[in-house]
Amino acid sequence: MATVRIPPVLRPKTGGQPEVEAGGGNVGEVLRALTAEHPETSEQLFGEGGELNRYVNVYLNDEDVRVLDGLETSVKDGDTVVILPAMAGGAS
Amino acid sequence: MAIDTTRVQPIEEIEPFEVAEEINGGDVVLIDTREPHEYQEAHLEGGKLVPPGLLGDEIATAAPDKAARTILYCRSGNRSAIAAAQLQRLGYENVASMSGGILQWQEQGLPVVAAHGMTPEQRERYSRHTLLPEVGVDGQVKLLNAKVLLLGAGGLGAPTALYLAAAGVGTIGLVDDDVVDASNLQRQVIHNTERIGMPKTTSARIFIEQLNPDVNVIEHNGRLDASNILEVMKDYDIVVDGADNFPTRYLLNDASVRLRKPVVSASILGFDGQISTFVPFEGPCYRCLFPTPPPAELAPSCSANGVLGVMAGTMGTLQANEVIKLILGAGNPLIGRLLLYEALGTTFTELKVRRDPDCPICGENAAEIPESEMGQFPDYDAFCAGAGGDRQSIA
Repeated sequence: MATVRIPPVLRPKTGGQPEVEAGGGNVGEVLRALTAEHPETSEQLFGEGGELNRYVNVYLNDEDVRVLDGLETSVKDGDTVVILPAMAGGAS
Repeated sequence: MAIDTTRVQPIEEIEPFEVAEEINGGDVVLIDTREPHEYQEAHLEGGKLVPPGLLGDEIATAAPDKAARTILYCRSGNRSAIAAAQLQRLGYENVASMSGGILQWQEQGLPVVAAHGMTPEQRERYSRHTLLPEVGVDGQVKLLNAKVLLLGAGGLGAPTALYLAAAGVGTIGLVDDDVVDASNLQRQVIHNTERIGMPKTTSARIFIEQLNPDVNVIEHNGRLDASNILEVMKDYDIVVDGADNFPTRYLLNDASVRLRKPVVSASILGFDGQISTFVPFEGPCYRCLFPTPPPAELAPSCSANGVLGVMAGTMGTLQANEVIKLILGAGNPLIGRLLLYEALGTTFTELKVRRDPDCPICGENAAEIPESEMGQFPDYDAFCAGAGGDRQSIA
């Protein structure tokens, strides 16, 4: 099982949980396990063709999966998958 | 038996104001009879350093004419009186010692030359900085000479401005077009209840000037867009991004890459914060990290969703820390690293950020954009649309 860290904007879709355990042999499978458990997260993570949305960064531990093997990147037990959309809050 | 051939002669002691008059009249040799570290801190203009222990060796160089009017001073008047007596024994004919020394000189408001461009007041104010080897006097002077632009005088800008001003960053520019609102005060600590309704840039300037008169505050009471951002940014060394909307963040990124200005960028929401430092062409830029802004429903603002007030302080002071390190050239800034802070669990997470070779702004092909398109920012309008339509206030 991997630990998936849920960003604030997605927590309403995971019952407020900041972290979710999800199984899978690669990043794509882990994220699919997440969307199976919490279906409302799906449209914000994946586009219509099933690809990861461009505005969502996904990291395996501290590395961007875009520089690894993308959704095919292997995941081991105990790994952390970080979902990171850009945030713009600051001044107002 | 040695014969003392010197006559015991009373030395002449004169007041600082008399010394000042003689200096103004010209033809005075002024000798500082203290140690080098004292001299460095502050000395009289034109004063030549001759430490007491080196008087016999160095006075002939500093004051070759024994007939010339020679005035000695030290810290409080003792060492210079002793040295004056020595000079008289050496044959100097017209020697005086300044009573009360440089202490009394300064008490009377007379000017000194402070080493490295710092006044005695500044050396006192910043003494806890200058004690640090990583800062020192030279580093403090860098801070005093630095020009930092803060984009937003709100949640992040307030604590950032507070600490940069306290640190003695000499010029702080503030961009904001909003006025102080009661709902700001839970986190925007440079504003206060009395200044509700006042432009944030003005309120911030009042606060900073009360905190540290060394800081020159420049108000940019308005909003940045493609037509003015290059002009506003060009005179600053570093930009601090605390904007609350994506169009401004992308615009700032594109302009900063164009002008090769470092940007310390943070954002906050709820109990979560992100921070990174973007140094153009040395590390990734904001577009390398976030090539596309999220749709509006995934880009909530603090005003709509809330933010823990202290989060602004935590992330804003981390921004100030990054700025100070960049100015000093000390430590390891967050270049190529994104630091996440989650306040409920009190956890920090660091992620790697890499330059994107295909980045439209700082990638390998970005240099092909002609100069004539500066300020146009290819696909900027598309990003505005992608971020949910109208530009929001950056305030």
